Amino acid sequence: MSTPFSVTLQAQGVACDRGGRRLFEGLSFSLEPGDALLVQGPNGTGKTSLMRQIAGLLPLAAGEVSVAGAEAGTPAAEFCHYVGHLNGIKASLTVRENLAFWREYLASGLETDGLGDGGVDAALEVFGLSAIADISAAFLSAGQKRKLALSRLFDCARPIWLLDEPSVSLDTASVGRLGRAIEAHGQAGGIAIVSTHVPLGGGFTHTLDLHRLDPADDAGAPAEDVAT
Amino acid sequence: MTAALALLRRDIALAFREGGAIGVALGFYLVVIAIAPFGLGPDMNLLARVAPGLLWIALLLAALLSADRIFHNDYEDGSLDVLTMGPLPLAAVAASKSLAHWITTCVPLALLAPVLGLLLNFPIDTIPILVLAMMVGTPAVSFIAGIGASLTLGLRRSGLLLALLVLPLYVPVLIFGVSTISAAVTGPGSPWPPFLMLCAISLASMVLAPLASAAALRTSFR
Repeated sequence: MSTPFSVTLQAQGVACDRGGRRLFEGLSFSLEPGDALLVQGPNGTGKTSLMRQIAGLLPLAAGEVSVAGAEAGTPAAEFCHYVGHLNGIKASLTVRENLAFWREYLASGLETDGLGDGGVDAALEVFGLSAIADISAAFLSAGQKRKLALSRLFDCARPIWLLDEPSVSLDTASVGRLGRAIEAHGQAGGIAIVSTHVPLGGGFTHTLDLHRLDPADDAGAPAEDVAT
Repeated sequence: MTAALALLRRDIALAFREGGAIGVALGFYLVVIAIAPFGLGPDMNLLARVAPGLLWIALLLAALLSADRIFHNDYEDGSLDVLTMGPLPLAAVAASKSLAHWITTCVPLALLAPVLGLLLNFPIDTIPILVLAMMVGTPAVSFIAGIGASLTLGLRRSGLLLALLVLPLYVPVLIFGVSTISAAVTGPGSPWPPFLMLCAISLASMVLAPLASAAALRTSFR
């Protein structure tokens, strides 16, 4: 299989402060094309904060995050899809209009070798939203809203996926579909960083347990924290 | 550029579909101007003299009613997170959203102003300059409101705080907006020098305010 994506994501000594408390520090990892990182840890250990730091939405207390293989000057965030706890859906637009907007807005920056060119219709098909494409997003259930948010991943191609508990309110079949999508993304040379409390399939090449990085928990923070 | 246009189109579509904000702003403007003669009395000369000031002040207040929605809805539903990850710099996002506010709120208000001017015995032959001054001055209103909206993002009752923050910044717009119209109605002197100042204020706000908004938005993510 060809690998349309060829960027690597590196984190060097990343630390995170929230509300005056250090959540984690000395976090380093390096993800090659095709890698998928599973972020684990109890509530409040900084899974969401780490995702938001990589997405450029939270400042780094220390260290740096860089995307190699990218044109100089392009921020790491432009290579990432971020699906967090909030879905980013407009209730007064239809399902299709929501996706069409994100496609037009997000895709205009990067060249992506033909991936994700199925357009909005193909993106709707992934989670089976085609049947409800023309109803207003206000009438969607929580699970359907989640699917719509995740459909953004297929709407325009970006090499790095940041998924923060993507399986919340999804049904079992959709969780399986999401797991397979993460695997397929890896096969296409993409990188995925996923935090989850439910099993999402065997696509993960690395695991990061943030609990082990809690500075209050353990004095000797390890330098390389990613178990393969 | 495609991204900015896509965002602008979406914001305008949302404003017209949700509808409430525009209707409330226009209704508020109408009511304030309609009750002014009850407070000031039926002296037609007095009304004509205070009309430019009243029309401007009521327009500023009406425009502020929907100003907190410039960023708030996108912040609340998570769209703002995704918007920052697009190809547009944050300042361009702020500029696009402020422009959408101008198109959906200030332009309808400026077009309603001549109708309301009739209630205040505003001379009909100077209506073109009234609309012109308001069209030219209101971009500053929307773009400065964008600063207030980004500063108060995530706060409860942000609308009131926003008005407190932003209204003092509207003083230059008010002074030159009113003096343009007053000069055209009663003289003496030409309306064009204050009109050019109004243009300058709007142009400067359109360039500088998005930078301030972007800086404020960045702090709101923490």
